[in-house]
Amino acid sequence: MAFIDRTARALLLTELVSGMALTFRYMFKPKVTLNYPHEKGPISSRFRGEHALRRYPNGEERCIACKLCEAVCPAMAITIEAEPRADGSRRTTRYDIDMTKCIYCGLCQEACPVDAIVEGPNFEYSTETREELYYNKEKLLANGDRWEVRLAANLAAEAPYR
Amino acid sequence: MASFWTFVWPLIVIIAAIVAIIIPVLIGVAYLTYAERKVMSAMQRRQGPALVGPLGLLQPVADGLKLFGKEMVIPSGANPGVFLFAPFLTFVLSLIAWAVMPFGAHLVLSDINVGILYLYAISSLGVYGTIMAGWASNSRYSFLGGLRSAAQMVSYEVSMGLIMVTVLLCTGSFNLSDIVRAQQTVWFAVPLFPMFVIFFISILAETNRAPFDLPEGEAELVGGFFTEYSCMNFALFMLGEYSNMILMSAIAVVLFLGGWLPPLNFEPFAPLVNLIPGPIWFALKIAFVLFFFIWMRAAFPRYRYDQLMRLGWKIFLPFTLLWVVVTASALEIFGWLPKVVP
Repeated sequence: MAFIDRTARALLLTELVSGMALTFRYMFKPKVTLNYPHEKGPISSRFRGEHALRRYPNGEERCIACKLCEAVCPAMAITIEAEPRADGSRRTTRYDIDMTKCIYCGLCQEACPVDAIVEGPNFEYSTETREELYYNKEKLLANGDRWEVRLAANLAAEAPYR
Repeated sequence: MASFWTFVWPLIVIIAAIVAIIIPVLIGVAYLTYAERKVMSAMQRRQGPALVGPLGLLQPVADGLKLFGKEMVIPSGANPGVFLFAPFLTFVLSLIAWAVMPFGAHLVLSDINVGILYLYAISSLGVYGTIMAGWASNSRYSFLGGLRSAAQMVSYEVSMGLIMVTVLLCTGSFNLSDIVRAQQTVWFAVPLFPMFVIFFISILAETNRAPFDLPEGEAELVGGFFTEYSCMNFALFMLGEYSNMILMSAIAVVLFLGGWLPPLNFEPFAPLVNLIPGPIWFALKIAFVLFFFIWMRAAFPRYRYDQLMRLGWKIFLPFTLLWVVVTASALEIFGWLPKVVP
C-alpha cells in the first residue's frame, strides 16, 4: 500500500505541483521592497551615523577640548589639538576624525560631557576619494549646523535613558 | 527584363519574410528577459526592474546597450576562431529553426514535409555551440560546463525524440502544419498529457534552464561554458539561450497545444475566439509555456548531476518508450490510425 501511495505521488508530481502552487500564491502577495533612494526606512533615535560637532543656541561651539573622546576612541580615529582662545576659554584648534578608521561605536558621544560630538542620523555621505573622508573641525561643525534639529530631537528622546 | 524579376522578386519576398520572423523573435527575446525578471521578482515578493522607463519596460534596451559598451576579452589561451564562432553558431541555430514554424493556417516560410525532423536536427545541433565554447575557452570551468551540457542535451533528446514519435503516430505526418490541423478536435495535450509533461521537462533540460541549468552551474562552475565570454559574445549566447527557449516553447505549442488553433474552438464560443487571428493565439500560447519556464525557475532548486542523468535515462526513457508502445497499440486496436494521404 505504501508502495502504491509513493508511486502515485511520484507519478502525479504532487510535490512539484504543491511547490509551484506556493510560488504562484506568492506572486499576488504585496511586495516588501523599499524603493531605497526614493523612500527610506525608519531610523532609531539611537542610530549612529555621520559625526557632527554641535553649537550652543548662541552660536558658541560646545566642545571644550577635554579630549575624552580622543582618549576613549578605540579606533584612534580622533585627533585633537587645543590652546586657550583670546578670551581665555579653552577651545580646540584642530578636531579631526578619520571616517575611514571610525567603527561607529558611539563611545565618543557617550564620553562627551557637553554633548558636543554626536553621531547623527545621516548615513548617506559616501565619497569618491579617501581624502574627503578625513573630516576636520570645519566639516564637523557644518554637519552640526545642518543636522541640529534632528540631533537635538534625538538627544531629547534619549535623555531619560542616559 | 521580366525574367530578371521572376528570379529576384521571390528572393525579396523571402528576405522580407525572414525579417518579419526574426524581428518579432528578437523583440520577444528582449522582453522575455524582462518578463523573467518581473515574474521571478513577483514570486519572491520583490519589484524587479522598475526604474528604466515606465514599469522598467526599457530595461532590456538598457541591458543591451550596457553589454555592447563592454570590452571584448579573448583569453590568451583560447582558440580565437572557435571561441568567436561558438556564440555565433548558438545564436544562428536558434533562429534558423523558425523557418518551418507554422504561425498561422498558411503562414509558414517553408512548409516542408519533414518539418519536425528539421526542428529535431537543428535543436540537436545546438549542443555544438556549447561544446565549442567550453573547449575553445581553454578554462576548466568552461570545459566542465561544456561536457555537462553535451551529456545533458544528448540524454534528453532521446526522450524528446520518442515523444515526437508518439505525436507523429497520432498525426501520420511530419509536416508541422498537418500536425496542427490534426488537433482540430482536441489538442494532443489532453490525450497525451503525460507526454506533454515529460516533453516540457525535457525542453527545460534541453535549453539548460533551471532546475536543469547545470552547464552554467554558477555555484560550482562560476559561469559554466560562458565563463570567459564578455560583450557581444556573451550577448549572443544570451540571445541564443532565450530564443531557444521561445523556439522550444513554440515546438511544444505546435505538438501539444494546437499551434495557431484557438482554444474553445466549438459552439457557442467558436465565432468569438476566431475573431483573434491564429498568429496571436500562437504567440499567446508560447507566452503561456514560457511563463511555466520562468515559474519552474522561481520554484525549484537546481538538480544534482547524477539525479539529472537518472531522470533522463532511467525514468523518462523507459516511460516514453512504454508510452509509444501503448499509443501505437491503442491506435491499432481501436482503429484510430490516421489515414495517410499519398
